[in-house]
Amino acid sequence: MAELTGRALIAARCAKFFKDGDFVNLGIGLPLMCVNYLPEGVELWMEAEIGIVGCGASPAWDDVDPDLIDAGGQPASVIPGGSVCDHATSFAFIRGGHIDATVLGTLQVDQEGNIANWTIPGKMAPGMGGAMDLCAGVKKIIVATDHCEKSGASKILKKCTLPLTGARCVTDIVTERCYFEVTPTGLVLRELAPGYTVDDIRACTEADFTVADEVGVMA
Amino acid sequence: MKSKVATKEAALEKIQDGQTIMFGDWHGELSAEELITGMLEKGVKDIDAIAVSGGMPDQGLGRLINEHRVKSLITTHIGLNPVAGQQMFAGELAVEFVPQGTFAERIRCGGAGLGGVLTPTGIGTDVERGKQRLIIDGKEYLLELPLRADVALIKAAKADTAGNLQFRLTGRATNSYMAFAADTVIAEVEELVEVGELGPDEIDVPAPIVDMVYVRQGEKKPICPMWQRARAKAEAKAAAKAAEGGKQ
Repeated sequence: MAELTGRALIAARCAKFFKDGDFVNLGIGLPLMCVNYLPEGVELWMEAEIGIVGCGASPAWDDVDPDLIDAGGQPASVIPGGSVCDHATSFAFIRGGHIDATVLGTLQVDQEGNIANWTIPGKMAPGMGGAMDLCAGVKKIIVATDHCEKSGASKILKKCTLPLTGARCVTDIVTERCYFEVTPTGLVLRELAPGYTVDDIRACTEADFTVADEVGVMA
Repeated sequence: MKSKVATKEAALEKIQDGQTIMFGDWHGELSAEELITGMLEKGVKDIDAIAVSGGMPDQGLGRLINEHRVKSLITTHIGLNPVAGQQMFAGELAVEFVPQGTFAERIRCGGAGLGGVLTPTGIGTDVERGKQRLIIDGKEYLLELPLRADVALIKAAKADTAGNLQFRLTGRATNSYMAFAADTVIAEVEELVEVGELGPDEIDVPAPIVDMVYVRQGEKKPICPMWQRARAKAEAKAAAKAAEGGKQ
């Protein structure tokens, strides 16, 4: 396989966190791309907030069912063995610690594990949907994000400046340049994307971080 | 057993200007679409709405927002309804954003006689503002208060004449718990059956808590306009690709 870069690399690295049988919630966009890179033998129970356990691939247009929709209101399917439940039960899975992992995109994330991804006051306010509940209840919270904004400014900060979605909840940060683990004492650089050095990461990261004894190659 | 089957006119008599109304739906899909059309035709306005999202401009509650019939909205997300966003920023629609799990539990409390719920969701965020914070066994929680409405508009797949309801698949999402949390519960259903045809474990919402059943008159399962547009776009793209392939 050709060397992965950019968003594909992020998705592939995030997919390595999952174990066979994990119960996960993946948002639309980059997080959902993770399912394309699952390691051999790893199958997941995908949750949809509306109340699906075992959400499957998008159905063909001839097979859509107006009574079976996903969190974004799009046509959904259920895998064999999957089930539906009401929306309150769906969030009992989320808050109750039953979901093993979630992958979230973000506007900002910081060295304390705070995440801000739901609003830019005065400019963007679609609502938090289920994001705050995911932050409150899921065991492993993986942030999958571009390392920097289009302007070049770091998205990985000492302290988030936008309103938070969750406080001290992020466990891992994966970008197209590196992978940080979030520990009680701060960020630890564990892996570098091919072509990047520790100095490169220091130059484009506002947050403080330490470097693991052995730094792996992200793939 | 008394029949709860009602005409659209009888159902709409219960829906008045200025009421707090819960809309069972998901982005306007899975909703009581014909009764919403009835509300538009009747001219119902100044609604305080409670719904998981702002619907879409051409689907569900979104159609009422589009026509400026809604003055406030308690919700979790309005990303699929740009009109709701415009009205919010223009100060025409008062929006209270609630985390989605908290939204569900506040309504469940309202319907279950509970004075509130303690949730860890929102701790350390702006959602904390103005709320009581409690520490239970060393963990922090927010006290979130119940939500109730004058009317809940529910959509179910099937009902019997006594008012028992059955959902299909994700149709149960918010329709299920909203049926408990309003003074008047009106269900729009696709199919009506006689009492006894739905067995004890085939009933999702029991008859005593449902006030009225309105049987959908038009298409039973219309395809959402957003899906129709997406399909047309995908098919046009495929056709263009095929035409291009034919030229080569």
